[in-house]
Amino acid sequence: MLVDVSFWVLGIVAVASAALVFVVDSMARATYALALSFIAVGFVLVLMQQNYVGVVTVLMMLMEMAIMAVYMVMYMGMNPALMPMSMVHDKRSALGVAVATFLVLGSGALFVDWPVRRGVPAPDVTAALGEALMGPQMLVMVVVSPVMVATIVGGVVLAAHRTRYDRFGDDLDQRPPRDPQRGGVGR
Amino acid sequence: MTLQLVLLVAAALFAVGLYGAISQQVVVMVMMGLEVMVNAVILAAGAMWWFLAPDPTGQVLLLVVLAAMTVEMAMGFAVATLLHRHRNSDMTDSATDLAR
Repeated sequence: MLVDVSFWVLGIVAVASAALVFVVDSMARATYALALSFIAVGFVLVLMQQNYVGVVTVLMMLMEMAIMAVYMVMYMGMNPALMPMSMVHDKRSALGVAVATFLVLGSGALFVDWPVRRGVPAPDVTAALGEALMGPQMLVMVVVSPVMVATIVGGVVLAAHRTRYDRFGDDLDQRPPRDPQRGGVGR
Repeated sequence: MTLQLVLLVAAALFAVGLYGAISQQVVVMVMMGLEVMVNAVILAAGAMWWFLAPDPTGQVLLLVVLAAMTVEMAMGFAVATLLHRHRNSDMTDSATDLAR
């Protein structure tokens, strides 16, 4: 009973706050609405005994949205709490596509003859997940790790204002490097 | 709480995210739409795992989805920064070079 009530409350909060993201007039509020949606989904996962994934989702998304709020303020160039805004194009067809998608996915969820549950969860789901990651599923972590490193490198390269080619020329043979201000003692 | 109900909530989340990803003009808001869609995928995958096959290895897929979301976020912000640096704009309409 308590689980059912919690699920309904969290489900409604998740969908309503996700919708609020595209309704509110402020970028900062949109970011926090998205964070609320993620927190609700994280707690629904906890209701389904997936404590580790649920808590990771909540923690990760809180940090991500905190960073996102800063980006919003940086790029929008206006007071993010006061300026009314509506920056959409082709709203009507976007709404049509969204409603059609919901109808297709929702009817699939309701009318598909889902199989019965196979197996029972481990007594300690988190420990079982850890053992799976460190044992038979280790390849997943081995693959995800270099992808993360590549993301860090790619992100820095894309976002960097000046790279070594700006400093040392196309053939990297420019000496001294072209810097806005010369470095070293006695500059 | 049944599988059907959780999937219904996930479908609603996905549809809301899709609306945002299609309709928004600001790059960061488009990314928010994508995030809501991934949020729905996480919820649906978690429900599938719990109601259909609660095997420990199934949860690993959720971690992969979370990692994919992180990559999307980091690269999206990097591209938004690049766009802002070169065009002084954060709108998708000013980055249509590959559109016909």
